[in-house]
Amino acid sequence: MNRIFTFLILGAIAVFASGAIEGAVEKQALNMSAIVMFVIFVGATLGITYWAAKRTKSAKDFYTAGGGITGFQNGMAIAGDYMSAASFLGISGLVYLKGYDGLIYSIGFLVGWPIILFMIAEPLRNLGKYTFADVAAYRLRQGPIRTLAASGSIATVVLYLIAQMVGSGKLIQLLFGLQYEVAVILVGVLMVLYVTFGGMLATTWVQIVKAFLLLSGATFMAVAVMAHYNFSFGSLFAAAVDVKGIEVMSPGGLVSDPISAISLAIALMFGTAGLPHILMRFFTVGDAKEARKSVFYATGFIGYFYILTFIIGFGAIVMVFQNPQYLDLAKQAVSGGSPILGGNNMAAIHLSHAVGGDFFLGFISAVAFATILAVVSGLTLAGASAISHDLYASVIKRGNVDGVKEMQVSKIATVALGVVAIIMGIMFEKQNIAFVVGLAFAIAASANFPILFLSMYWKKLTTRGAVIGGSIGLATAVMLVILGPIVWVQILGNAEAIFPYKYPALFSVTAAFIGIWFFSITDSSHDAEKEREAFEAQYIRSQTGIGSEGASEH
Amino acid sequence: MNKELVDKIKNNPDYQELVSKRTSFAIKLSISVLVVYFTFILTIAFNPSVLGAPLSSDSVTTIGIPIGVAVIIFAFITTGIYTKRANGEFDDLANKIKKSVKED
Repeated sequence: MNRIFTFLILGAIAVFASGAIEGAVEKQALNMSAIVMFVIFVGATLGITYWAAKRTKSAKDFYTAGGGITGFQNGMAIAGDYMSAASFLGISGLVYLKGYDGLIYSIGFLVGWPIILFMIAEPLRNLGKYTFADVAAYRLRQGPIRTLAASGSIATVVLYLIAQMVGSGKLIQLLFGLQYEVAVILVGVLMVLYVTFGGMLATTWVQIVKAFLLLSGATFMAVAVMAHYNFSFGSLFAAAVDVKGIEVMSPGGLVSDPISAISLAIALMFGTAGLPHILMRFFTVGDAKEARKSVFYATGFIGYFYILTFIIGFGAIVMVFQNPQYLDLAKQAVSGGSPILGGNNMAAIHLSHAVGGDFFLGFISAVAFATILAVVSGLTLAGASAISHDLYASVIKRGNVDGVKEMQVSKIATVALGVVAIIMGIMFEKQNIAFVVGLAFAIAASANFPILFLSMYWKKLTTRGAVIGGSIGLATAVMLVILGPIVWVQILGNAEAIFPYKYPALFSVTAAFIGIWFFSITDSSHDAEKEREAFEAQYIRSQTGIGSEGASEH
Repeated sequence: MNKELVDKIKNNPDYQELVSKRTSFAIKLSISVLVVYFTFILTIAFNPSVLGAPLSSDSVTTIGIPIGVAVIIFAFITTGIYTKRANGEFDDLANKIKKSVKED
């Protein structure tokens, strides 16, 4: 096993190095510092993976890093999951493009966290083992509930993966002049290596290291921008208004009508509480106390990070916009305006060059690349767990399977997800990555969250209600996304959207809750009666943690 | 967990205190976060010009910017308040319940 691993490391480095050299031949001046930092990061993460691989023996190690992560570490890792390429590049790009609207978007991403802490974190930790489906299926029928929860997880994971892959492709393309497809494949291969060999332990530590690097890099950029304006926000904003007009200071078109506003808010708040890769992190800590601390630290890091991205976006407006150095001349010749190289999502990357030269550009590019690798690894692990723990072990084998076999299935699923991520990443090249994440949130909010939440708090929930209502939520979200402006018009090329809103969550979450409620209260079967009776014991465990220590020591 | 134990814990005054205190605390905090956030987002939807008002007549900085940052800080503070009380008072109660269960 170790020999295979060494071989794969060398292979990955070889692919990496040859790609870099090829890019240099094709494109402009080679940015040595960027390449060196890329290689150092990849080397270090593979080192972490090697270390983690030796400690990952059981299924519990693989899924939850053995349950020994502290609240602070987990908070950092959760923040790392959340501070994805879509957040860093997408939101700073959105601020760059539209100013204040970017702040609205990031606030929406943040406010889900307090709700998770007050409502979800503790019961989740006290009831679950490896995936959030453990909780949803605690007193309901395993087969149907897990099948549905796994479908919701996989849909969320794949959509989120697309956003990350698109970011990675563009980033590496810009930096190395490497072909987009090659970059996407490289990320896919590395993430499969981390997850299959190092499991949750490697995924967590890669995430922690990256979160630290990203927060440091973003802090430096924000401070550099502010230093340029003598640490006066007034001067920074005044300079931005000179360049882009007064519109950047006020709410613009992002949420123009009340329906879109509420729908986006619901998607972001409840969506966060339904993201499988985030929920899974609560099983890596020892108890409810550490789970709460995780959310506290995570919210702090994420909030701080969003304030930085806002400054970075404005910094890009004054230092990158209309700067001939970053102008995409070929694109300008066709469409006019002042497009920047690589598109708006590259605003933060160009800004890093503007404030810190080639060396800092190298650092930020390496960090952004690290961000993508760390996030896709967490996503892939969550998707693979849904397949192996929920679908394979609990539904197909009905719990009669040993941990080693389950882990093998998980690794096969990881490879399959890697292939899917690469293919989808190539298909979705031209989309705005912040909106693709929005779509993932809609599904998480409509399918995963209602089932999880009601299973914890609503006594009358039955299997029938959860399955039918949850399916309605999932189907409505997917359908409205397909019929909405992004897929129906931008991707499929139709003239007009059948469903006019970009964010379907208001409709799909409501549909899910009504469906679950109606099909639960009308369920008079014998099983339903037993499920209601089992609530009391589940609720005691979710509130006090009695019984959870034993169950997590499998 | 058998029926007998469930009934015993259910009737434990510490358990009842824990559940009622925590539930009302969590609901109050959730509502305050939701009210703050939805006021913010619905202001943007219905009357965006409110947040677009300049802080002072000679400034381009709008009132929306400090408000937006305040929403972020408020969200963080609520997590701190909950974590502090839950990790102290609520966990003490939970431990007391656990102990009373183990004693028999």
